[in-house]
Amino acid sequence: MSATLRMLQEAGAIMVKITFIQPDGSSQTVQAEPGMTVMEAAKSNDVPGIDAECGGACACATCHVFVDEAWRARTGAAGDMEEDMLDFAFDVRPESRLCCQIKVKTDLDGLIVRVPAKQF
Amino acid sequence: MTAGLSAAETNQGAPQQDAPIEADAVIVGAGPIGLFAVFELGLLDVKAHVIDILGKPGGQCAELYPEKPIYDVPGLPVVTGQELTDRLMEQIKPFGAAFHLGERIDGLARRADGTFELMTDAGKRFIAKTVVIAAGGGSFTPKRPPLEGIEAFEGTSVFYAVRRMEDLRGKDVLIVGGGDSALDWTLNLAPLARSLTLMHRRDDFRGAPHSVEKMRSLVAEGTVKLVIGQVTKLEGSNGQLQGVMAKTAAGEEHIVCNAMLPFFGLTMKLGPIADWGLNLDENLVPADTEKFETSTPGIFAIGDINTYPGKLKLILSGFHEAALMAQAAARIVHPGRKFTFQYTTSSSSLQKKLGVK
Repeated sequence: MSATLRMLQEAGAIMVKITFIQPDGSSQTVQAEPGMTVMEAAKSNDVPGIDAECGGACACATCHVFVDEAWRARTGAAGDMEEDMLDFAFDVRPESRLCCQIKVKTDLDGLIVRVPAKQF
Repeated sequence: MTAGLSAAETNQGAPQQDAPIEADAVIVGAGPIGLFAVFELGLLDVKAHVIDILGKPGGQCAELYPEKPIYDVPGLPVVTGQELTDRLMEQIKPFGAAFHLGERIDGLARRADGTFELMTDAGKRFIAKTVVIAAGGGSFTPKRPPLEGIEAFEGTSVFYAVRRMEDLRGKDVLIVGGGDSALDWTLNLAPLARSLTLMHRRDDFRGAPHSVEKMRSLVAEGTVKLVIGQVTKLEGSNGQLQGVMAKTAAGEEHIVCNAMLPFFGLTMKLGPIADWGLNLDENLVPADTEKFETSTPGIFAIGDINTYPGKLKLILSGFHEAALMAQAAARIVHPGRKFTFQYTTSSSSLQKKLGVK
């Protein structure tokens, strides 16, 4: 990363776009600042269906999302603790993640995630 | 998370008919704020009974984030949820509060003489001069899988806790989950059940390694059937489960069962507090900011459960609320007494209560 890029990023000048697709097909694209989590981006933009009851401590499973196939490699896989928490989610799939554990980075610009029908 | 569930499950006694316990104050909730309330009340000679649905003190701190760091407790630059709980338990030790863990206050009613009668789900009764609701996000209750129509089977074929193992003798039992509750009940019920299937979404279990080992040997000898998959549909009628459909790596699988035990951890629900005749505002209990008293005089609400203009759900705010609540509660418990404000640093009377030598 160039020094200029880092400076811009630290100044909050570089924003990353994230699209949340609801079960009914409607979608919402929000701007997120690198360093925050995808959950925080959802909460600060009132994206429905992201409950995040525990506030991002990876201690519940209510910010469950399905990462779009094209983005799975870049978001990476769930960590051990996250896998344990995913046991408490419903309809868990290989593309399941808890979005409080996905950090927004510049290379996630354009990220697409799907919100499950129910958080539980 | 399963530790709390197991604790809730230990509460299986028949309702008790003993005489009620007389208390100065009953604190509903043993989270950090309920614990600190013991301290503030204790300094003012108000003895407390503390009730919590979890089997251990600490509330969310101990149940949700025992190992997560908290950075905004004044004087402790970093402390984990469990450490904070342990330190509070040490701090309140001199006041000898009585703990009633693994029990939930179900009923609360004001009596003619202005005291309160409370009853737990185990049938334990209290007569209290004051009640302090420090229930945080509400009562931890088992999570209900969002399967269509599951409510109709609850209590008859779907159980979130085992009250009597005998009820499951001879049944085709399906246990769902991968933690200690799922594993413990698999081991305990395998000898009683006609058939036992354990279903988990992945072939990796969070439970204690020796339980996993025992479960695997029961699977190897054919006593327990292990299915890696997730329940998608319940089948049956009139509350009687006949089987479930599951999504597995191989596709759809049908599993015959007439009892299902889902163990998906705990979630917080307001619970019975909603039925206590208090004013509520979006599942929170409004309180004044002078005494943190609710709409019912003598009932206080402190910590995350309350709301007032400017409320912040911070542990430090709850501590402040506990201190002010205690001043008001003590005046109810000790009417006519003259209260002088004192510091623990300099008051010999407070230090005596604290056991300072």
